[in-house]
Amino acid sequence: MTKVEIKNLYKIFGATPKKMIPFLQEGETKESVLKKYKHSVGVNDASFAVEEGEIFVVMGLSGSGKSTLIRCLNRLIEPTSGQVMIDGENIVEFDAEKLRAVRRKKIAMVFQNFALLPHRTVAENVAFGLEIQKEDEAVRRKKAVDMLEIVGLKGYENSYPSQLSGGMQQRVGLARALATSPDVLLMDEAFSALDPLIRKGMQNELISLQRRLKKTIIFITHDLDEALKLGDRIAIMKDGVIVQIGTPEEILSNPANEYVRKFVQGVNRSKVLTASSIMRDTDTVITVTGGARLALRQMREAAISSVYVTDKQGRLLGLVTIDDVTQLIREGKDDLSGILEKEICTVGPDVLVEEILPLFLKTKYPVAVVDSENTLLGLIFKVSALAGIVGEGNGND
Amino acid sequence: MIRLPIGDYVERGIDWLTVNLAPFFTGIKEGLSGIINGFDFIFNGIPFFITIAILAVIAWRLAGRGTAIFTVIGLLLIVSMNLWKQTMETLALVVTATLIALLLGLPLGIWMSRSDKANGTIRPILDFMQTMPAFVYLIPAVYFFDLGEVPGAVATVIFAMPPVVRLTSLGIRQVPVDVVEASKAFGATSGQLLWKVQIPMAMPTILAGLNQTILLSLSMVVISAMIGAGGLGNVVLQGITQMKMGQGFEGGLAVVILAMVIDRITQSLGKARKKG
Repeated sequence: MTKVEIKNLYKIFGATPKKMIPFLQEGETKESVLKKYKHSVGVNDASFAVEEGEIFVVMGLSGSGKSTLIRCLNRLIEPTSGQVMIDGENIVEFDAEKLRAVRRKKIAMVFQNFALLPHRTVAENVAFGLEIQKEDEAVRRKKAVDMLEIVGLKGYENSYPSQLSGGMQQRVGLARALATSPDVLLMDEAFSALDPLIRKGMQNELISLQRRLKKTIIFITHDLDEALKLGDRIAIMKDGVIVQIGTPEEILSNPANEYVRKFVQGVNRSKVLTASSIMRDTDTVITVTGGARLALRQMREAAISSVYVTDKQGRLLGLVTIDDVTQLIREGKDDLSGILEKEICTVGPDVLVEEILPLFLKTKYPVAVVDSENTLLGLIFKVSALAGIVGEGNGND
Repeated sequence: MIRLPIGDYVERGIDWLTVNLAPFFTGIKEGLSGIINGFDFIFNGIPFFITIAILAVIAWRLAGRGTAIFTVIGLLLIVSMNLWKQTMETLALVVTATLIALLLGLPLGIWMSRSDKANGTIRPILDFMQTMPAFVYLIPAVYFFDLGEVPGAVATVIFAMPPVVRLTSLGIRQVPVDVVEASKAFGATSGQLLWKVQIPMAMPTILAGLNQTILLSLSMVVISAMIGAGGLGNVVLQGITQMKMGQGFEGGLAVVILAMVIDRITQSLGKARKKG
């Protein structure tokens, strides 16, 4: 189900922002509008839909408009034009009171520099959202303690933010956002101010938290590795325009334009690409009932020395080599089930290439990709695994 | 060069105000005089050793032992110079002026912090209030309120109010943008934002402004002795006019002691909060 959707969102800063929209629609860019009309374009015709329970990452360099975009989602910045739909309601049309209700109940935000209140204890900071809603002191306190336990800060309730490290302060920020039980979390460069090691830890923690909490998260970052790690889907922004939206694998394998291609060049693909994206189709597979002669012919035609064997339902049984099959035919037999090699490497479709590579040290055969029913989905050859990492094609051609 | 008779205009304006707003000024006069006399009555009603003990305890609590000892010795010195009564009169005037300066200055400062227009209008007025030689306020004050403590208090308020206005505005404007954004993002109303976030975070700066306001009003209170405000200023003024060096010095010393005691206590007010 779609939780948050923006349609044709524009944000332009200047004296007459609305008048700039037609120019942008006619193809003017951020740069040309700034030059000709002295208006600064923050967001230029952005549209996307975020599904419930999804982590949607908006990635872009500084000045790409990503921070402006996320602030339009809770109207910390008023959009110049366009719709922001949350649960099917366009909050751009809401009056101040209805907007406050949305901010209090549905949507919470985590900030790059934590934005904690220095004069309040950690627990009071976490309870801030509830205090705003005039919840009882006791309810607030209990909720704050619970949330701090979730983010791993049990026992720090009465500390002050200045007594905590950056990573811990951001946990407080996260706990504060979770305390109002919002459906949607907006995270604005939430981990960017942290040391690399702590950042990695927080990313892992967010992923495991998300498994439990199933929030709809919109995460802003300038760090591609972070985007690829966290995002179920990623939107890449440049000069206020969303250039491409897709899963991490789609973005890596099919960059929409030169900008994205350049961007993803330096990425360690083996940490992102999965078995399913680099596996080949199963056209060189035979069914066990086909017999030895068919197997031999298949291998000769494809010029390969081994072939995978499945049953009629497509479930993987094993593998036969050309030597064994030739031997079998010489003996005048046809049934492959006797010579099946069962010591083969199989992986699930979501396994990272990073984890597949070491398998080629153990086996000389291609690695089989199977689903939970052991149905053969495809094969990964050593060459296609390497090609996938280097970024040559997508492994299917 | 044409001679612009600005002075004449001001005089005529003041005359007009004196005549036409007489009831208004009388009201203010009655009210202020009531407050000042009230404080005077309290401060001079309490025996000096009790007042010194109370101040010493406050100083100890807020600023530590050193300040407490200084408070006791300094105030006893005032007593021994036979200036306790005048010191308490001055204190009553300072407290009144400071309270009024806060009452007017805090809302003004908040308004300035929230509106650039207000900021642009009020700033030059504050500059004017602060740089105009303090003696000049004494003349219209006398016109409106006759001689005595009341015009002294009014002139003091005008002279001493700018720091608290400025620093209130500055303190609120210095609250980091993302903290303000965070509060809004959680659905805070502008009132909640002000009282739960901006004012608490601006408090150390506001208290620094309060400290400045108190010290300025103390210095003005002495000047306003020229229009009969009484207190320590009177002692100093007599010393000057009658060429009594010793008396002038004693009065001046008492002012310095009072100033230092108040300054140390109010300064530590800000620090104590910061420590949380």
